[in-house]
Amino acid sequence: MTFTIPIENGNGVKDAEADSQRTLYPYVTGTSVVAIKYKDGILMASDMGGSYGSTLRYKNIERMKAIGKHSLLGASGEISDFQEILRYLDELTLNDNMWDDGNSLGPKEVHNYLTRVMYNRRNKFNPLWNTLVLGGVKNGEKYLGMVSMIGVSFEDNHVATGFGNHLARPILRDEWREDLSFEEGVKLLEKCMRVLLYRDRSAINKLQIAKMTEEGVTVSEPYSLKTFWEFKAFTNPTVGAEGS
Amino acid sequence: MSQSAVDVPPKGGFSFDLCKRNDMLTQKGLKAPSFLKTGTTIVGLIFKDGVILGADTRATEGPIVADKNCEKIHYMAPNIYCCGAGTAADTEAVTDMVSSQLRLHRYQTSRDSRIITALTLLKKHLFSYQGHVSAALVLGGVDITGPHLHTIYPHGSTDTLPFATMGSGSLAAMSVFEAKYKEGLTRDEGIKLVAEAICSGIFNDLGSGSNVDICVITKGNNEYLRNYMEPNPRTYVSSKGYSFTKKTEVLLTKITPLLERVEITEVGEAMEE
Repeated sequence: MTFTIPIENGNGVKDAEADSQRTLYPYVTGTSVVAIKYKDGILMASDMGGSYGSTLRYKNIERMKAIGKHSLLGASGEISDFQEILRYLDELTLNDNMWDDGNSLGPKEVHNYLTRVMYNRRNKFNPLWNTLVLGGVKNGEKYLGMVSMIGVSFEDNHVATGFGNHLARPILRDEWREDLSFEEGVKLLEKCMRVLLYRDRSAINKLQIAKMTEEGVTVSEPYSLKTFWEFKAFTNPTVGAEGS
Repeated sequence: MSQSAVDVPPKGGFSFDLCKRNDMLTQKGLKAPSFLKTGTTIVGLIFKDGVILGADTRATEGPIVADKNCEKIHYMAPNIYCCGAGTAADTEAVTDMVSSQLRLHRYQTSRDSRIITALTLLKKHLFSYQGHVSAALVLGGVDITGPHLHTIYPHGSTDTLPFATMGSGSLAAMSVFEAKYKEGLTRDEGIKLVAEAICSGIFNDLGSGSNVDICVITKGNNEYLRNYMEPNPRTYVSSKGYSFTKKTEVLLTKITPLLERVEITEVGEAMEE
């Protein structure tokens, strides 16, 4: 991959060429992903929208995918980069299967691999414009981690990307517990997704929830949340001051 | 009185004459003085009998906490209070100004102030300064037409809402409100929810911190609960207290009067009115 540092005095054509080789801005983006550890494994939620700038271009994008038998990857940010990452992980799992020794990559290994990939791309000034959420269960151990586009990676009991950082994290910090049941976990995630639906302009009311346990991954069918708009101040905002 | 070196702008408002010179100075490397911002989480909600306003108490100057316990809920009228976020001087000045305008208006009309009066005075002022007066306000109160809650943005736009949050911690507080607000809350439920929203701002936003102030306004009554909650106490306080070095010894006490004290008794008639 050619990479030249652009210089001030008019190597115009060469700079344009170099720039077209690396990611400068994201084009089709997915919004937040929220994930929590619960009693039996990991629960992850994301909506199905892909925005092209300020247009809602795609309404059927699955932003959560199973990786091998033990992991679940969710992504926000540039969709094409997410698809590229899925290809890299496909190669990894294929190589695994070729060894045919019963071993497979666990979530910790996949997380580490992704961290290295993201950080190295960032060092070359050509990032994969994603924030990834990696969850999984292997041999009874639950794992939930996050990697950002500049290579910041960490592990936690609950993670959120994009707008979820500001809107979902406070709720999760307050209400997450070690021993959530499946129903409680789904309710907690739906609470977060509802707030995001109200307050994130690129969110849509069509979401999926993915469950990862020792048995495997299940991604739910898309469904929508109920919203409430009947506040008195919304229906009649000018009470007492008609005409303002 | 000496002539001031800088001309006073002829029609009031800001004078932008020095902007070019300031730009030149910053290019040469001079750092402009930063101003005290209130970082902040401010919230308001309408409950069954009126309005509850809440605010944190941290004032920041860049990365430093300048005031650990400032007051962000400003008095406008006995039945109207206003929380302010943005530049501390701007919120203080603009609320004081409108508060005194409201009082003069009350004297003239012999009626309690209405929230929409305060709203219009504030939005007119802020709009005329085109956003340069950096005050983002949550205005709430109860008047003859009922409870009202409004938000006012620095450029002069306003909203009428059942619950509102402003400031850097507004997303953290709004997530609590969106998840838990219902209409017709009782006073205790409302206070609990407001405290929860402010705490969410305090613990999840770096620009907000310290204590929670709450103001409950109902018909004919208001309660200003300063430092309603103090979730950030000093962690370690020495139980032995402090021991200061021994005081200096007092050798002699002598009082020398400088002037003869003269007693004046009222004689004659009282002053003319």
